[in-house]
Amino acid sequence: MRDRLRTLAGMDSYVVEGLTRRHGTLVANDGIDLRVGVGEVFGLLGPNGAGKSTLVRQLVGLLRPDAGSIRLFGAPLTRSLAGRVVAYLGQADAVLRDMPVGAAIETTARLRGQGRAQARRTRDALLIELGLVELAERPVIRLSGGERRLASFATVLAGERSVLVLDEPTTGLDPVARRAVWQAVERRRAEHGTTAVLVTHNVLEAETVLDRVAVLERGRVIACDSPGGLKAQVDDGLRLELVWREHAPVGEPTVDRLAVLARVQGRRWTLRLPAAEAREALGRLTTGSALAALDDFTLATPSLEDVYLTLGGTADDLERS
Amino acid sequence: MSTTPAPVPDLASTVTAAASPRLAGEGARLGTATVVVFTQQLARARVARIPLLFVAAFQSIGILLLLRGVVDTSSALTEQQVVAGATVLVAAFVCLNLMAQRLGSLRAEGGLDYYAALDVPGAAVVLGTAGSYGAFAVPGAVVTAVSGAALYGLPFNRLWILAVVLPLAAASLAGLGALLGLLAPKPELATVAGQLGMSAVIFLNLIPVDRFPLVLRWVRALVPSTYAADALAETFHRHVAWGAVGRDLAVCLAVAIVTLALAGAMFRRQVGR
Repeated sequence: MRDRLRTLAGMDSYVVEGLTRRHGTLVANDGIDLRVGVGEVFGLLGPNGAGKSTLVRQLVGLLRPDAGSIRLFGAPLTRSLAGRVVAYLGQADAVLRDMPVGAAIETTARLRGQGRAQARRTRDALLIELGLVELAERPVIRLSGGERRLASFATVLAGERSVLVLDEPTTGLDPVARRAVWQAVERRRAEHGTTAVLVTHNVLEAETVLDRVAVLERGRVIACDSPGGLKAQVDDGLRLELVWREHAPVGEPTVDRLAVLARVQGRRWTLRLPAAEAREALGRLTTGSALAALDDFTLATPSLEDVYLTLGGTADDLERS
Repeated sequence: MSTTPAPVPDLASTVTAAASPRLAGEGARLGTATVVVFTQQLARARVARIPLLFVAAFQSIGILLLLRGVVDTSSALTEQQVVAGATVLVAAFVCLNLMAQRLGSLRAEGGLDYYAALDVPGAAVVLGTAGSYGAFAVPGAVVTAVSGAALYGLPFNRLWILAVVLPLAAASLAGLGALLGLLAPKPELATVAGQLGMSAVIFLNLIPVDRFPLVLRWVRALVPSTYAADALAETFHRHVAWGAVGRDLAVCLAVAIVTLALAGAMFRRQVGR
C-alpha cells in the first residue's frame, strides 16, 4: 500500500535538509536531513532534550529554522501551507481544556474549514471511533490524564489532514486507548494515504507501530531506518537482563566478570554480549550459587534501545512499557 | 485494507494545495475563524467563567451600595459619575482584567500554538476572544447600570445608550487587555497589569473629574474607559450634550481599533519565532 502511494504521489510528504535551530547557545537541531514518504508512519525516537519537539515544531511551521529547508509535498513549508495540510498534536491543551470534549472536536473541525453540519458529523464519528461518546459533554479539564490526551488526539483528527504530526500522542494512555490511537492512524493511512510523523521516547511503541525511525541524540539524527533495519545493525549480540533479589552476589566469578560490562539501574543489570558468551554466562549463573540471588532474568534479541545505545545514545530516560 | 481504492483524490488535492496559494477569500476566512473562536469561548463559559461574571456584577453593585452611603447625594454630577463608572468597571473587570489573564496564561502554556498550527489569523483570535469577553460583560454591566440608576434616582429613559457604550467600552478595554496579555513577559505580570488597570478604572472613573488635580485629570484622559464612563454619565443629564457623547464614543472606537489591530499583530509575532 505504502509503495503504491509513493508511486502515485511521486514525491515525499516531507523533505528536510540541513535543518538547524538554536535556542540561545544550545543547538537543538544540528543539520538534520530527513525524508518522510507519503503514507508512512515515521517516528522520532530519542531521550528528553534530544531535539524532537523542536524538530516537529518546525515541521508544522511554529518555529523557523535558523538554517536549512523543509519541503512539504514539494513546496517550501510555510505556516499557511502547514495549516492546510498538517494536523498537529502538541503537548499543551490550554485552549481546549475548559471546553466540553464534543465542542473541542467540533470547533477544531470548523477551524480546519468544515461547515457546521459537517463538523457535527465529524465530532460524532470521532467520539465513536475513539470511544469518547460518554465523555462528550465533560470538560476536558475534568478528565483523567489519559482521557485528556485522547480528547486532544481526537481534535487532531477533526477535519481530515494529509499529514499528522504527533508529539508523544500516547503519553499517559492505557493500553485500550493506545490501541485506539494506532488504529485511527492506520485507518487514515489505509483510506486516505495519511502520513504520520510522531515523537516518542517509548522504544516498544517505536518497534511495533513505526515504518521507519529516526533516532535523535543531541540534535542530530544518529540513525534512520526501519526498526528491523536498525536492529540488523546490532544483530551480532544478545541482550541479557538480570534482576537481583537484593544485591548482586559480589565475589562469584561470573557475577564479577559481568559487573564490569553491565549497565546498572537499581537491582537491574543490562548487558549486551555476543550470543555464545551471553548463553554461557546465563548457563553459569543459573547452575551456580548466584541463582539464589537472582529474582528474574531474560535473554533477548536486540531491541531498539540496544540500537540506540550501540549508536552512541547516552541518556537513560527511554520508556520501555 | 487491500480492497481500499487508491487514494488519488486526497493526495491530488493536497499536492495542489501545497503548490498553490490559498484560494479562499481572506475576509471570509477571518470572519468564520472569528465566529468559531467566539464559539469556543462561549463553550468554555460553563466551566470557567460564570462565577467570575457574578463577581464582576456583585463587585460593582457593592461599590454602588457602599458609595450610596458616603457620597453627597445633593450632587447629581457625582451620582451620575458613580453609576457610569461602576457600569464601565464591569467591562474593565471582564474585558481588561480577565482578557489579559487569559491571553497571558495561554501564551505562557503554549496555548497560542493551537491557533497558530491551524493557521487561524491572529486578528480572528483576538477579535473572537474579545467579542466573547465583551458578551460576558454585558449582563453584569446592564444589571449594574439599572440598579445604579434605581439606587441614585437617575433617569432610565436613555439607558438604551448602553447598547452603544458597552460594545465600544468592551472592545477598547479588551484590546488593551489583549495587548497586556500578549506583551507581559510572564503570566503573573499580565494578571498584575490587568488588576492595576481595573484599579485605575475604580479610581479614575468613579470619582468625579472636578475632584482631581490637573495631573490626574491628564492621567484620566489617557485611560480609554474614561470616555465610555463620561459618555454614559452624560446621558444621565437632563440636557444631554450629544456631541460630547459622540466624541467620547469615537475615542473608544479609535482605541478599540488600534489596540485590537496591535494585539492581532502581536499575536503573529509571538507565534512566528
